[in-house]
Amino acid sequence: MLYFSPIKTVAIVLAVLVGLIAALPNLMPKDVADRWPGWIPGGQLVLGLDLQGGAHLLLQVERDDLIETRLDDIRDSLRTSLRNERIGYTGLTTVGETVQARLRDVSQSDAASAALQPIVEPIPGGLLSGGLPVTEVTLDIDSDGLIQLTFTPEGIARRVSSAVDQSIEVIRRRVDELGTTEPNIQRQGEDRVLVQVPGLGDPQRLKDLLKQTARLSFHLVSQEMSGEQALQGRPPSGAEVMFSSDDPPIPYVIERREIVSGEDLVDSQPGFDQRTNEPLVTFRFNNSGARDFGRASTDNVGRPFAIILDDVVISAPVIREPILGGSGQISGNFTVESANDLAILLRAGALPADLTIVEERTVGPGLGQDSIEAGETAGIIAAIAVLVFMVLSYGLFGVFANIALTINIIMIMGVLSMLQATLTLPGIAGIILTIGMAVDANVLIYERIREEARAGRNAIAAIDAGYKRALGTILDANITTLIAAVILFSLGSGPIRGFAITLAIGIVTTVFSAFTVNRLIVAFWVRRTRPSTVPI
Amino acid sequence: MRTLKLVPDDTKIAFMRHRKWAFPLSAALILLSMVLFTVNGLNLGIDFRGGTLIQIKTIEGPADIGEIRNVLSDLDLGDVQVQEFGSAEDVLIRIQQQDGGEQAQQVVVELVRGILSGTVSFERVEVVGPAVSGELTQTGILAVVASLGAVLIYIWLRFEWQFAVGAVVATLHDVLLTIGMFALLQLEFNLASIAAVLTIVGYSLNDTVVVYDRVREKLRKFKRLPIVELLDLAINKTLSRTALTSITTLLALGALYVFGGEVIASFTFAMIWGVLIGTYSSIFIAAPLLMFLKLRNTDAAKGKEELESSSAA
Repeated sequence: MLYFSPIKTVAIVLAVLVGLIAALPNLMPKDVADRWPGWIPGGQLVLGLDLQGGAHLLLQVERDDLIETRLDDIRDSLRTSLRNERIGYTGLTTVGETVQARLRDVSQSDAASAALQPIVEPIPGGLLSGGLPVTEVTLDIDSDGLIQLTFTPEGIARRVSSAVDQSIEVIRRRVDELGTTEPNIQRQGEDRVLVQVPGLGDPQRLKDLLKQTARLSFHLVSQEMSGEQALQGRPPSGAEVMFSSDDPPIPYVIERREIVSGEDLVDSQPGFDQRTNEPLVTFRFNNSGARDFGRASTDNVGRPFAIILDDVVISAPVIREPILGGSGQISGNFTVESANDLAILLRAGALPADLTIVEERTVGPGLGQDSIEAGETAGIIAAIAVLVFMVLSYGLFGVFANIALTINIIMIMGVLSMLQATLTLPGIAGIILTIGMAVDANVLIYERIREEARAGRNAIAAIDAGYKRALGTILDANITTLIAAVILFSLGSGPIRGFAITLAIGIVTTVFSAFTVNRLIVAFWVRRTRPSTVPI
Repeated sequence: MRTLKLVPDDTKIAFMRHRKWAFPLSAALILLSMVLFTVNGLNLGIDFRGGTLIQIKTIEGPADIGEIRNVLSDLDLGDVQVQEFGSAEDVLIRIQQQDGGEQAQQVVVELVRGILSGTVSFERVEVVGPAVSGELTQTGILAVVASLGAVLIYIWLRFEWQFAVGAVVATLHDVLLTIGMFALLQLEFNLASIAAVLTIVGYSLNDTVVVYDRVREKLRKFKRLPIVELLDLAINKTLSRTALTSITTLLALGALYVFGGEVIASFTFAMIWGVLIGTYSSIFIAAPLLMFLKLRNTDAAKGKEELESSSAA
């Protein structure tokens, strides 16, 4: 146990050196560490949101909202398809996830089936189905002429999945506009998106940006009746009542048909009205949007049109002259910030479905800094207490254990930096716990050496036997803790994961430093001093 | 240099004799923990119960807890707890989960921000909705059960089955007493507490495995020694190590408890408690359990001999 071949010695020293070098960038200011040459391992420790401050939001795609929208589409397609083929039906309703209607004439069921075929065409699959086409809607016409178009579970899953993918893209564009560094946006589970933005003390603006679907569209305002009349009676066919964001809200009768939708926008910027100096939002259409808008405005000079954002009328100006240039502006009670935010939302595009915040955790930068300082103080005091205690208990061998412990702590930092694993507050607790528990291996070995010496072995034999016999125990004891840490890592989230990872890394570096490094030091000492008695 | 010796050499304490009071004591404590758990229940944090947690810091002067409580009670948000948190300027506000799904929880934050902004800064805001809290509860329970199961299997592979059962019973003992402590003191039980419980599982097993390793070694060495004496011998031989490791770990945790800040204080407190009962249970529960499980020294020794003779043949 006390003989180390030269190769082994070199390997151990190298491993320690790599750990030390990897931990080194943490001692420098950030800008120096960033210029650290690339071939040297490691960067600085990645601090968790609880230490550097920041916002963590878990958003959920509203599945029901998505299903409802899709069922409305299916219903519209059924209506138009049958109408185009002049097939009569009654009782068009939506029941659960099925759209149904009854044929007036059962003999037309083959014709109906043919007409509805395009709706049930399988669509190309995504990752979920392994690229195979997915049947999103199934068609069933029974002998009584009952037509059923059912949105299948696979179809729903595919829609939800692609909505999550699209949402991630839109969210990324919106968050990037906040100008924060390194946001982390990723899919979580089937229908969720995790958004982590470091350094953001007040998440309100972020939340405001994510909350809005930002579905923009341009419609003509119906002139058949006023908003008040429509509220009392029924809105004309092909139109519906929508409200403005004023207080009290003003009702407008809006034609359902869109002139242009937000998808045709290519740019949007905040600006100011040249006459009133009020904030407004300017926008520019792509070619087809410009053409559609130009044609509609030419045909409807003198009529009001409405700009609608998420079912709210934000502005309803009158068309004074044809708008042909493909650009325009929205004015309507904006503040500088709300104009800026709307421009961001319009540039980033609409979310495919509503998102709900299901979890929020925000830490201000001040509290994070306090936590780091508290953790550092606690760590230093813990380390001093343990170092002193070890010297008191084992004298010179205590010093050997302390060297191993110091190397251990530096290696934990090094490995954390190398893996770019996130250090959280519970993670710091994990390191401090490791300071306490790491000496366990040395205590086991030293107690064993004492025992062997008392049993009458000479010093070198006792030391050798101490290491040999303690090894099994050290491994068993640490593997059991490692199992707990691995399970914690696989099931935990955020800060808890940070704890599990420092604990797990700590266990591995502990076994290496307390058993191997410490043994190497003791072996050198034995060779140099040739002790006749064990000094512990 | 004379070194400090907390435990003298060659102690011969008859630990096994103490099982006469240790077993009833532990049984009573476990029972008490279960009663506390059912009667008081755990003070579940928002991770598991859903709701809102807001930590604020007053901008000028110490916080007026009563005033904050009054202002917030006007919002009609149900159960609202307001407490000082570490210093006179820091206040922790806990608001129960609101009816009305995920959106309703977000409204709470906006209301509180609206009513308190200007006089305080918001240091920490955590909102956990009903869906996530349900999932976190499931995962938490799963984590504890899975780690106990995994460790049971590991020890079973490495030792005889009696050791595995003994280790898991002793660990379960520690987990139950920790939960009892949470119920008694009404400390907030959150995700970090699950991490604390799992660390206690790890530490307690660590301690138990060290004693068991020595028992196994002695079983092979002294084939005719009665089991009681053998277990006593194993515990005494590892006593010095048990004491030293507990002390260094407690030193580190003590520093963390005193200096580590309020945010992780209850997490650290739980671990200190766990180290204490983990040490107790490895000596007074885990080892005597081996006797109850009828681990005969002859069994293990025979198994070992058979193994040796078969490999020799």
